[in-house]
Amino acid sequence: MQPRPRGFVQGLRATLVLSRAERRDVIVSAALLLAAALLPLIATDYWLSIGISIASFTVLATSWALFSGPTNYISLASAAFFGIGMYMVGAGLPYLPFPLLVLIAGVAGVLVSAVVGLATLRISGVYFVIFTLGLAELVRQVVAWAQHVMGASSGLYVLISISDPTLYWLLLGMATVVYLVGWFIGRSRLGFALRIIGNDEVVAVHCGINTARAKVVLFVISSTFASVTGALLAPRYSYVEPSIAFSPFLSFEVVIMALLGGVHRLWGPLVGVIPFTLLWEFISSKFPTQTTILLGACFLLIVYFIPRGVVGLLEDLFRQRYGALKALFKSGGGGRA
Amino acid sequence: MDVIIIGLLLGGNYAIMAMGLQLQYGVARIMNLASGEVLVCGAFGAIWLFTAYSLSPLLALIGVVPAAFVVNWAIYWLMILPLVKRAKTQGQLEVDCILATFGLSFMAIGILLAMFGGEFLAYSYLARPFEILGQPYSLNRVVAFLCSTVLCVGLYLWLHHTRAGLTLRAVSVNPSAAGLVSINVARTSALAFALGGAVSASGGALLSMFLTFDASTGVMFTMKALVIVIMGGLGDIRGSIIAAFILGLTETAVATYIDPGLTLAAAYVLFIVILLVRPEGLLGRPSS
Repeated sequence: MQPRPRGFVQGLRATLVLSRAERRDVIVSAALLLAAALLPLIATDYWLSIGISIASFTVLATSWALFSGPTNYISLASAAFFGIGMYMVGAGLPYLPFPLLVLIAGVAGVLVSAVVGLATLRISGVYFVIFTLGLAELVRQVVAWAQHVMGASSGLYVLISISDPTLYWLLLGMATVVYLVGWFIGRSRLGFALRIIGNDEVVAVHCGINTARAKVVLFVISSTFASVTGALLAPRYSYVEPSIAFSPFLSFEVVIMALLGGVHRLWGPLVGVIPFTLLWEFISSKFPTQTTILLGACFLLIVYFIPRGVVGLLEDLFRQRYGALKALFKSGGGGRA
Repeated sequence: MDVIIIGLLLGGNYAIMAMGLQLQYGVARIMNLASGEVLVCGAFGAIWLFTAYSLSPLLALIGVVPAAFVVNWAIYWLMILPLVKRAKTQGQLEVDCILATFGLSFMAIGILLAMFGGEFLAYSYLARPFEILGQPYSLNRVVAFLCSTVLCVGLYLWLHHTRAGLTLRAVSVNPSAAGLVSINVARTSALAFALGGAVSASGGALLSMFLTFDASTGVMFTMKALVIVIMGGLGDIRGSIIAAFILGLTETAVATYIDPGLTLAAAYVLFIVILLVRPEGLLGRPSS
């Protein structure tokens, strides 16, 4: 891309010009956000902790979908970046203040994801999936080994108290940032490039898109959100060790929630996160031994019956109704698809 | 010397496990992330037959292998083929297969947990010393190595010297062109998938003679098999065998000289090097 400062500013301004429907969307989102922010004032401790889970999974699943949604590259590395963030806070807390550590965790996320992305995203998608599948375990082995060599104990105590409402608001703020970033990317050249890559990578190359760079940039953005989330949640665990921080289960939960909601809309993952978190809370308290098999069943259910997520299902339904109405009245008028 | 021989013995068993995935991914073009669970099922089958009926694991192969073949055949027809028919592009199929086989692998882990519980299982079979070049090694490792060598050689000869093997290789090179010369691609792919599952399960039964297994170890084997297949080159069995020995040697060396907890890290370092230096694999054809 040639440098075009003036064009960029104009492009930026054009991105921020909103249609009437979009202005309505912004108002609705702001109202919903405000309502969500009021939760700590009315909820009991139990519901607040569920609210924290929902907020953190919203950040994780939405930022996952930022990259994996348009490109169809399934990333299973959420747990690795989440764990890196958590570990940065756990290891650094005796020496540095918490906010600085969250920043450092973000930087660590950027560095690791850039290395992984540069190594795997230049070639076809399968290699990326396989690599991310093992990344959490790889980092866990390296961290455990490093601790062993340095003679440190494998566990870390995270002795800092952050009250639950503060944590909830922090995560809600993160979620807002994710949505803003995602909305902005969706309207930018980068987002357009990614959608072309997702449809046909060969076509994207022939259009003159630097596919590797577009993919790496988005992967880095998406992974950085995961590591910052891990850093923010570290105080909640109070005791961190490699097998807790890098539990691969998290990656699968994130993927399921995002796919369940639907990844072709920015707000799709949220539609998956809320019911799944509540359902999972219920399942893991009632059937703690059957969680694995139910997780497998969820995967199969999504692949075979709701491949486009709940949002896709709703849209199909709406389109059918709308189509029938349209045929009935034979009226024109384009709906925004 | 110790390290080299143990590494080679391990590599022989990795070869058989990679061979199963090679048939499923190289020929049937199905990225099967449940391959490690098939292997663990084979191992649990052998463990169960040994502890309940004190049946030798080598005899257990006679029961485990056909069972795995039938189950994988059914999985292909019932679960994979609908996805193949639905997918518009190869990329879409890959995503669907990855998610579906993930689902299957979790189901398999859940079922194994329910049946056998979560603890590590092992049994003692042929745990006698056996001397190679004056050094003692346990006999079960040697026997497992010999068995998997026989299986690998048999499979190689079958693929390269029979008509059925030829159809499999044709599908592996180009499925649509294979269809043009009146090869039933769906049937051949199902055969390759089922055969791959059977080979993976036999690998599990052989590995169970000297490794301990629990229900959730499958994913480690999946990852190692994937690394071997990619390192060796897609669709090339000889490449896989060489890669399996490289991985076996590297892992044993890392476990001996650095830390036994770093075996997966060693495999991934090999993986990165291959991706950076030769993404098509040691003996692979560059993809279009």
